[in-house]
Amino acid sequence: MARIVMDDLHKVYPGGVKAVTGISLDIADGEMIVLVGPSGCGKSTLLRMVAGLETITGGTLSIGDRVVNTLEPADRDIAMVFQNYALYPHMTVYNNLAYGLRNQGVAKPEIERRVQEAAAMLQIGDYLQRKPRALSGGQRQRVAMGRALVREPSAFLFDEPLSNLDAKLRVQMRVEIRQLQKRLGTTSLYVTHDQLEALTLADRLVVLNAGRIEQVGTPMELYQRPETLFVAGFIGSPAMNMIEMGYLRDRGAAPSTLPAGTDLVGMRPDDMLLSAPAEPHLSLSGRVMLLEPAGAESHIYVSLDGNDQPITVRIPGLPTMQEGAAITLHVPLGALHPFNTASGRRVSG
Amino acid sequence: MQTKRMTFSSRWLPYALLAPQVLITLVFFVWPASQALWQSMLREDPFGLRSTFVWFRNFERLFADPHYLDAMKTTAIFSVATTFLAMAVSLLFAVMVNRMLRSRDWYTTLLVWPYAVAPAIAGVLWWFMFNTSVGIVPYMLQGFGYDWNHRLDGTDAMILVVIAAAWKQISYNFLFFLAGLQSIPQSLIEAASIDGAGRIKRFWTIVFPLLSPTTFFLMVVNVVYAMFDTFGVIHATTEGGPARATNILVYKVFRDGFVGGNLGSSAAQSVILMAIVIVLTVIQFRWIERRVNY
Ligand SMILES: Nc1ncnc2c1ncn2[C@@H]1O[C@H](COP(=O)(O)OP(=O)(O)O)[C@@H](O)[C@H]1O
Ligand SMILES: [Mg+2]
Repeated sequence: MARIVMDDLHKVYPGGVKAVTGISLDIADGEMIVLVGPSGCGKSTLLRMVAGLETITGGTLSIGDRVVNTLEPADRDIAMVFQNYALYPHMTVYNNLAYGLRNQGVAKPEIERRVQEAAAMLQIGDYLQRKPRALSGGQRQRVAMGRALVREPSAFLFDEPLSNLDAKLRVQMRVEIRQLQKRLGTTSLYVTHDQLEALTLADRLVVLNAGRIEQVGTPMELYQRPETLFVAGFIGSPAMNMIEMGYLRDRGAAPSTLPAGTDLVGMRPDDMLLSAPAEPHLSLSGRVMLLEPAGAESHIYVSLDGNDQPITVRIPGLPTMQEGAAITLHVPLGALHPFNTASGRRVSG
Repeated sequence: MQTKRMTFSSRWLPYALLAPQVLITLVFFVWPASQALWQSMLREDPFGLRSTFVWFRNFERLFADPHYLDAMKTTAIFSVATTFLAMAVSLLFAVMVNRMLRSRDWYTTLLVWPYAVAPAIAGVLWWFMFNTSVGIVPYMLQGFGYDWNHRLDGTDAMILVVIAAAWKQISYNFLFFLAGLQSIPQSLIEAASIDGAGRIKRFWTIVFPLLSPTTFFLMVVNVVYAMFDTFGVIHATTEGGPARATNILVYKVFRDGFVGGNLGSSAAQSVILMAIVIVLTVIQFRWIERRVNY
């Protein structure tokens, strides 16, 4: 029903800023799509174009079976959760939730029923008669969610809804949003710059960079097979290590299995092993610069012999070596990501 | 360590620092006010040679005087109409200018100009425009079949002074309304438009309620202006006429005291006006204390 299709969408702001340059995306009914990318890459702009808050300067956008390019926000049957919540400060929580329904001319008993239902779902039933300024950040966030829920729209749009919450609350709300979305089965478009939030929430992830799509895929696909250098660097924390092919050749460690044209090799910090595996692998030696225990896991910063390039290694538990000690890292050949610097893309072969 | 409370080395320094302020208040407020109070209880003989102390007789006479009660009614109509007109027009301007992107500063500058025009000059301006023989407005109204004559028709005269008085105040209101509008977060308007509210509905259910602190503040300021600060406008246009149709309280004080020579009654009227100002000021201060009302 509420499939959202973007076909070559463009946005040029009046001042001439090209914020979105040719985005095509087909979102299935009930899917949770997360738009992720660095600040200023055009995520909000794209979301607001879907909402109808920004004009579309090129391409077509359809929601359901309708082309909605020129429809008013109210006529697109969508609901949006804003970063600063945008609750109406002069209305009680109840009226905040009921406002949209009243505008649609929903009957009073039905409004009452839907508001109570949403309030129960979000555990804000006790605050219905309060004004927003008498609520905590987390409660406001729930009210903002509730305002979107009661409308029973065909799509939810979220613009960094959790970025104003503290870390603990953010994790909790993230889980709740995901559960709610799965239960309601409503198509959702979620914008964030936080890659962890993106990985955990998304059915499919869309990585944006400078107004265009870098890659679309499930979180696992993007993590395991980044198609561009940008995605490789953006997804995953700590970030992927990049080692030049020339260095490997000089050290006699260049594997013959990599496709032609590879000049940069990516290795995930978790794929760098301290003991040699049975499968084919390459080995690199260096010196431990810094140990960083982080609870259940630890990060080892290694400077490679010969060029002092810093490498991050992630191991479970606590490290047993000393800072300054010599270390040899082993990487299975299957875990290497071959890239070409000139094209910025993965070399397939 | 510095404490919040200031301490002075000399006992007399704080009094010395306060003295100029106290002196000014004494000379320019307390002394004339007490003079007015004293005078309001005196009665002068027709030749102004001697006066007798009559307690509250002047006030009793005033409240029994139909002319005075009429002037009160006229003042009420004039103040409410002026306040409403000045605020409605300036809010409309502010909303329109707020929607502009490029030319906003230009319009703001132009709309503030009238505030710099002296009241008497503005009055003369209106006098010319509405002049029954040479004015442009009566000439145009004639075209619509309306015979404008504010020198004979009390309603016409009232409309004239209301327009002239409101015009002066529009700039001031406009600036406050524009600032108020700009302090409303854009995301609220966007949320409301997603919530299905059209432009008009958004204005009345979101923008206008959020402007209410500004609106209330301006209402008090405008009422005070209309009641006490419009002497120049009336003096230059209608002089309170025709047949006292625009004779508001402030103008009546001047007429009775300086033209009519009835100083006792005039002083009593000033005292009443002073009481009204005090009440309005208290309302405004009370309100400023708890500024946010939502
Ligand atoms: N109203 C606007 N007018 C002009 N340029 C804008 C406007 N809004 C955003 N931009 C520009 O468009 C680009 C994308 O902005 P945005 O979509 O807000 O990025 P993100 O949400 O990914 O941080 C940025 O370069 C930003 O400066
Ligand atoms: Mg943004």
